[in-house]
Amino acid sequence: MNTKSALLVGVGGQGTILASRIFTQGLLDAGWDVKMSEVHGMAQRGGSVSTQVRWGRQVFSPLIGPGAADLVLAFEKMEAVRYQEYLAPDGIAVVSSLEIPSAPISAGLCPYPSGCLDGLRRHHRCIEVKAGEIAQSLGNRKCMNVVLLGAMAEALDMGAMDWETAIRNTVPSRFLELNLAAFQAGRAAVRGEAV
Amino acid sequence: MKRYLMSGNEAIARGAYEAGIQVCSAYPGTPSTEILENLPQYRDVLYSEWAPNEKVAAEMAYGASIAGARSLCAMKHVGLNVAADPIFSAAYNGVGGAYIVVTADDPSMHSSQNEQDNRHYARAAKIAMVEPSDSQECLDFVKAACWISEEFDIPVLFRTTTRISHSKSPVVLGEREEVSLRPFQRKTGKYVAIPANAARNHPKLEENLRRLEAYGNTCSLNRMEIHGSRIGVIAASTAYQYAREAFPADTSFLKLGLTNPLPMDLIRRFAGMVEELYVIEELDDFMEQQIRAAGIACKGKEQTGKLYELNPQLLRQRIFGEEPGGCAPEEPVPSRPPALCPGCPHRGFFYTMAQHPDLLVSGDIGCYTLGASEPLNAMDSALCMGGGFTVAMGMAKALEFSGSPHRKVFGVLGDSTFFHSGMTGAAEILYNQGQVVPVILDNSITGMTGHQDNPGTGRTLQGDMAAKISIEKVLEAYGYEKILVVDPQDLSAMGQAVEEAADSTVPTAIVARRPCLLIPGRKIQKSLCQVDPQVCIGCRKCGKAGCPAISFRDKKAQIDPAQCVGCTVCAQICPVHAISKEDCE
Ligand SMILES: Cc1ncc(C[n+]2csc(CCOP(=O)(O)OP(=O)(O)O)c2C)c(N)n1
Repeated sequence: MNTKSALLVGVGGQGTILASRIFTQGLLDAGWDVKMSEVHGMAQRGGSVSTQVRWGRQVFSPLIGPGAADLVLAFEKMEAVRYQEYLAPDGIAVVSSLEIPSAPISAGLCPYPSGCLDGLRRHHRCIEVKAGEIAQSLGNRKCMNVVLLGAMAEALDMGAMDWETAIRNTVPSRFLELNLAAFQAGRAAVRGEAV
Repeated sequence: MKRYLMSGNEAIARGAYEAGIQVCSAYPGTPSTEILENLPQYRDVLYSEWAPNEKVAAEMAYGASIAGARSLCAMKHVGLNVAADPIFSAAYNGVGGAYIVVTADDPSMHSSQNEQDNRHYARAAKIAMVEPSDSQECLDFVKAACWISEEFDIPVLFRTTTRISHSKSPVVLGEREEVSLRPFQRKTGKYVAIPANAARNHPKLEENLRRLEAYGNTCSLNRMEIHGSRIGVIAASTAYQYAREAFPADTSFLKLGLTNPLPMDLIRRFAGMVEELYVIEELDDFMEQQIRAAGIACKGKEQTGKLYELNPQLLRQRIFGEEPGGCAPEEPVPSRPPALCPGCPHRGFFYTMAQHPDLLVSGDIGCYTLGASEPLNAMDSALCMGGGFTVAMGMAKALEFSGSPHRKVFGVLGDSTFFHSGMTGAAEILYNQGQVVPVILDNSITGMTGHQDNPGTGRTLQGDMAAKISIEKVLEAYGYEKILVVDPQDLSAMGQAVEEAADSTVPTAIVARRPCLLIPGRKIQKSLCQVDPQVCIGCRKCGKAGCPAISFRDKKAQIDPAQCVGCTVCAQICPVHAISKEDCE
């Protein structure tokens, strides 16, 4: 298999790092070589954040440039568009419907670009997931990141891999059931979309 | 063999443990911070600490080396500027136990004020340098660096970049090698850096470097990967990984791990094996310049450029002219800059300064640098840690000549920065009598880098209780006559303190004290501010505080309950009292 690449993007504090931690652990357990690159520091103060994950038989670069991602998983809508040029021509975007206004928007300097996914859709397959609503229906909005993780795994055709062990080894045990359900709900959301 | 997914920093910490290192010191700084954060787990066999600054860390670790222990200090790239003095002289003295200096550079400035290339320090200071290219090498190279340091009697610069320190890749662990302390002996000629000794030690250092270069020509840290004779690439660190992916499969590589001194014989041999030679490196042409100077033809920088991080697609584009495949957004996406958190204690201070355009603000590096961004826009300069007080002093002295209408300059820095390098500035202001008010924004933690303890917090890295140094007692001992301790979240008290200090004719300092909300383990009573839309007149004054929880819809302010912590800064600003606070359970 050629090296695969996914980019997880969102807003500082949204739990992108936990999701990528589960994802990379699952890939490692499955025997792949894995590299993951995250950015800490200043950006975490509510700024735009991204984590890159790459896996395959032998992975060299932890980093990709524009036009090289098989998938972008966006925890926030506008962030999907910010990073869209990282997608390879046949790359897929999996996007949470959540809208979080950034400072210039809150200050009234510009509107939230609500229809921003339309442009993305013209070039790429784009799967929108109501991750917030799904997480809420499972009883805890906080598991939104694992809903999205399930959606990503399904979109990559890797939904059937053993993710349970990775989730079990990463989340606190009292949240295990919730997160397992969240993962499956994310998968189901993508399957529903695909038909 | 079990593989663990580890960041480079975690692997360096593990490497320190396995290499038998006994003493480690650091001052936090992205992307180096997690190295020390991962060491207290080994406290039974390895002492680790946060030093007040990088110079202290480098000196402290060097002392441990003289006393016979293997030691390590760590810092971000700009930290090495602070620590440079002891390291340049330690090169002449040589080491007792191994002495490793980790520098974590930040190409692309993800979290830094510049992207300086610290490889130059290895050459300038005449010390060895190793550069790992993934997490496994981070672990292995600590052991190799210890051996080099002791074998060649030389400090070793261990250089990473953000993508080495913060990328995770699989690592296989080893066992700790117990290294017994080399018995301490007084060696005045070696360890006392006076001119006569330095004059004797310099030729020894040059000889050690010569031996080290010869070692580099054959050692396993530098290896050839021969796949063809058409193109050859010389690379180290993360640039090697990018090049492996960007160049065609028949490209041969000279992958370097020991990069100072450069193994010139090996490089010459490799150059002779290929038709076309590239040197691929991020930032400066550190290797390329030396290789060209040795008379070996090569290319690289002209195509790759000296700015920012590289990646495989960028290399393909710049070297082979391949256009990247991605398509940019059709409409520009609104920016999402970082901002002071909701409830951040720094907000009240900067909001207050924003109301005083007659006062200049010389800022510093920390979370509070965000006071410079819109809409607060309350800072005139920020240079480097400690510069807040001293740059203010220069501004004030210059303004005295210009007849400027500015009343005073407020020099602003945080508690961690005060202990790092602010205290000397506080002395400068008093000694040379500047029209400067030193302000310490004391949020009782080193916030920007992820909440590390410092000499003012009463705790150590290893989790022990410690002396809590009082900032106001330090200022008092210096001779500040008025020290105004104020809660920055109380806007009227903050405003009064600023006015009083601005008008004061005696040396006056401000300590704006309120702990950061994000200090781990800190219990906060959750409360919430709410806007009464009937009362709100849509004047947007509350928005001037730059709180991420506040937005405006239909000409009314609204507060996001998921973000608000009830700090009430917006409520205090509101001219019509439309915002009220409620406690939640
Ligand atoms: C010489 C140097 N060392 C380390 C850093 C990294 N760094 C940036 S801000 C900061 C700490 C600031 O802490 P403090 O002054 O308490 O302010 P806070 O962020 O808590 O508001 C550090 C360590 C740096 N920029 N320069």
